[in-house]
Amino acid sequence: MSKKASSYDDFFASRPRTIDLVKKGLAKRRAREKRFQLYGKLAIILGLIFLLTLFTSIVGNGYTAFMQTYVKLDISLDVDALAIDDPDNIQQLSTANYGGAVKAALRTMFPEVKSRSDKRALYSLISTGATYQLRDRVIRQPELIGQSITVWVPAADDLDMLMKGKIDRDVVQADRRMKDNQLVWVDKLISEERIKKRFNTGFFTSGDSRDPELAGIRGAVMGSLLTLIVTLALSFPIGVAAAVYLEEFAPQNKLTDVIEVNINNLAAVPSIVFGLLGLAVFINFFGMPRSAPVVGGLVLTLMTLPTIIIASRAALKSVPPSIREAALGIGASPMQTIIYHVLPLAMPGMLTGTIIGMAQALGESAPLLMIGMVAFIVDVPGNIFDPATVLPVQIYLWADSPERAFVERTSAAIMILLAFLITMNALAVILRKRFERRW
Amino acid sequence: MEQTEDIKFTNAKKASIDDPVEVKHRATVSREDRSTVGEIRVDSPRMSCTDVNVYYSGQRAIKDINLDIGNNEIIAMIGPSGCGKTTFLRCLNRMNDTIKGCEVTGSIMMDDYEINSREIDVVPLRAQVGMVFQKPNPFPKSIWENIAFGPRIHGLAQDKTELEEIVVTSLQKAGLWDEVKDRLDQPGTGLSGGQQQRLCIARTIAVNPEVILMDEPCSALDPIATAVVEDLMDQLRENFSIAIVTHSMQQAARVSQRTAYFHLGDLIEVGITEEVFTKPKHQLTEDYITGRFG
Repeated sequence: MSKKASSYDDFFASRPRTIDLVKKGLAKRRAREKRFQLYGKLAIILGLIFLLTLFTSIVGNGYTAFMQTYVKLDISLDVDALAIDDPDNIQQLSTANYGGAVKAALRTMFPEVKSRSDKRALYSLISTGATYQLRDRVIRQPELIGQSITVWVPAADDLDMLMKGKIDRDVVQADRRMKDNQLVWVDKLISEERIKKRFNTGFFTSGDSRDPELAGIRGAVMGSLLTLIVTLALSFPIGVAAAVYLEEFAPQNKLTDVIEVNINNLAAVPSIVFGLLGLAVFINFFGMPRSAPVVGGLVLTLMTLPTIIIASRAALKSVPPSIREAALGIGASPMQTIIYHVLPLAMPGMLTGTIIGMAQALGESAPLLMIGMVAFIVDVPGNIFDPATVLPVQIYLWADSPERAFVERTSAAIMILLAFLITMNALAVILRKRFERRW
Repeated sequence: MEQTEDIKFTNAKKASIDDPVEVKHRATVSREDRSTVGEIRVDSPRMSCTDVNVYYSGQRAIKDINLDIGNNEIIAMIGPSGCGKTTFLRCLNRMNDTIKGCEVTGSIMMDDYEINSREIDVVPLRAQVGMVFQKPNPFPKSIWENIAFGPRIHGLAQDKTELEEIVVTSLQKAGLWDEVKDRLDQPGTGLSGGQQQRLCIARTIAVNPEVILMDEPCSALDPIATAVVEDLMDQLRENFSIAIVTHSMQQAARVSQRTAYFHLGDLIEVGITEEVFTKPKHQLTEDYITGRFG
């Protein structure tokens, strides 16, 4: 530091030109810039690959579940075979021996089958659902009694799997679900054009079943819908009210600090804990029904409330203070300011938070296991007090089942869940657009 | 609205300020003296402040302000940044309530009642004392909704036609009617800056307040828009009392009848605008208006 920079000109004149230095480092700088962008692109590509893998695996496994194999049978509905004496008696009609009629139809088609075990193998080609289908039809049209009718009845799951190419005929008989003699009968049915695949409406209209070919998603969809309705109806108003109070009215003191910290902590509590809480409080203490969407909705409300409150408070915070001042400045009361000006501006953010919470709730299974929504429930729930299960739990139950045909149904259920989710998100986007345009 | 003109002010607008301010007279009060010089009281004031102090989280922002706001006058508050003019203005309709940690002491009387008291409901007060803010802040709603909001929440209109009358008259008074009459249903935020500010003024006068507070209403406007707003203020003076905070001494001289000079939280000098600008009594005032401050 001996030489004091005598003048500004001397100091900079002695230095190389800035542009030369800049040019020297430019290539390196550009490369770094490119690399930085590349990392981002790689991350996106990786994400897309995972997503694509997930979708192809699910769709690839599950699309066959939307088709179902049916077998054409000629069933004779004579009074003796059905073991009834009065065709006008509904009581008798509903308890008649339709299973026998189905079996008789199979026997007439394959008169060569004689032994007991062979007969059982033959009968197992047809789903037990055939019996119920026949019964419902006869009760609807009692005039069919005494006639011979041709019906398409659902095939059993093994035949269904064979037709969908999921049972390999080349495997040795001992390791194969379909035995050699069954394959012969199936081939005969195929050659007579008595087997075909149709769209599986039953999958969308029936509840759960132990038989995969009869199991449907309707019960779980209704269960999820009812549970989400309860969750939304409770968590949105409660969450918004709490957020508005905390953000706009609450005094700043120790108590509100504690509440704030606890809300943030609740958002991080594992969901199964909420399930235990629901079991202890709603079912054991308040005596609410087990496995019911109302309890599920309450538990999921507890779980989603912190998410909604935090998002709503952020949305309220982002409303410019000038709007509040403008309203207060012309004498609006705090409530009028909030209702007319702050809430409409915060609504898109609040809705986003709510939808995130709802999507979480839709995908949640752990807390619902605790309150009994994991039970095997065949009936489609009609209201929020009926026993029900939900989509993620149904997926879990089916994934756990040993039958080969449940694999495709599991994937199909996942597709339904995803469709549900996409619909909800689309709805949220539409709602948000509407609210944003309201000025 | 029939109001007696009990104070006669010289219309400072005529005192051309386009020429630089020339102070021939020497100020007599020294820089160290912080007591207020000049006429702080007027006959039959609209609002009367006594010993007003404002603390922001314990920090004293303005100190013992005594000032009257007269009927049908425009009083300008000038002073360097951070001197407390806006803080004082916001005391007059209790807007400081919205700031956390802000405490106002002292007495502000209006119509024989104390407005700086916990018991007073700020809703009727703010209907009586309207405010226009520094940055135009129209509601993100239609022009119509912007104006109609105030009358509607206060129940000023019996029916739709009356409300329409209020909206139209307010827009006409604010000189905005001709520009927006064909697009009342369009968002107020889509107007230009100057139009937005006039919309905010229209919104304020739609409530028909008795006092209007203006916090640097022209700081974001170009000279033409400023001139429009200043003309408007001159007309509004017939019906309202106006307190305006401004950074522009020229503006203060053009529009106001009285001027108050603030300095670091103290009210230094109050007087008839022409006198303050031509014969300031306080050295600090003279420094400021002659540009020697700093």
